[in-house]
Amino acid sequence: MITEALLLSAFLFVIGVFGVLVRRNAIIMFLCIELMLNAVNVSFVALSRVVGIDGQLFVFFVMTVAAAEAAVGLAIIISIFRHYESVDVENFNLLKW
Amino acid sequence: MTDIIFYVFAALALAGAMGVVAGRNPIASLLSMVLCLGSVAVIYVLLEAHFIAAVQVIVYAGAIMVLFLFVIMLLNLGHDYHPDLRYTLWLIIPVAVSGALFGLLARQFWGESVAGSGGDAVDAAVAEYGAIGAIARPLYTQWVVPFEITGILLLVAIVGALVLAKRRV
Repeated sequence: MITEALLLSAFLFVIGVFGVLVRRNAIIMFLCIELMLNAVNVSFVALSRVVGIDGQLFVFFVMTVAAAEAAVGLAIIISIFRHYESVDVENFNLLKW
Repeated sequence: MTDIIFYVFAALALAGAMGVVAGRNPIASLLSMVLCLGSVAVIYVLLEAHFIAAVQVIVYAGAIMVLFLFVIMLLNLGHDYHPDLRYTLWLIIPVAVSGALFGLLARQFWGESVAGSGGDAVDAAVAEYGAIGAIARPLYTQWVVPFEITGILLLVAIVGALVLAKRRV
């Protein structure tokens, strides 16, 4: 079951990467980033069957970082929405040359 | 039996993940994400990580996804759909990148018979201290400094989110 879980995590991660590259809605891109974090968590839990309880501890820390990242990222999206009235990343071209 | 449950919920998790990418409405994407997270929680239970499964449902599917839902509803994004997929020619690059990445990962994982005594150690710790105690003991002894730093990180995130989302600083 460990190998299958690792393959599932690979699938979920690749779907997340694809979503970030394909979509232009900032919120959905952000959800895809959460999907990638979640895929890594699956592989950590699967490998905790091999290396011991430390795998599950890492999942704990990854979840905390994900929560902090979601709070700050959504605040950034809100403040950008105030300027452009949209969450389409086509508009976010201030650093583009 | 566990194999059947594993494959059913793995398929559900993949369907949810594809729903996130394919969803037209942000709220539909978010509900697919909740399906994906719930199915992954079942897989955690099958891998004997009961506490992590509970935290996944309560914190991830409960708190973080509700935060996303609040923002979607605050910004009123659920109504007017305009196509936001990139152009067809541009689609080649994401397909190539994710295909290459999956090939790399699958080559690493496939046929690799991973084995170790870690599973037995986890089961013994759970039998002795309980599902929460097995995680709490190393968390408060060996990993106590990262744990405290995590608290500081959350404080910084709270202050940062307030400052960023406020109208005038």
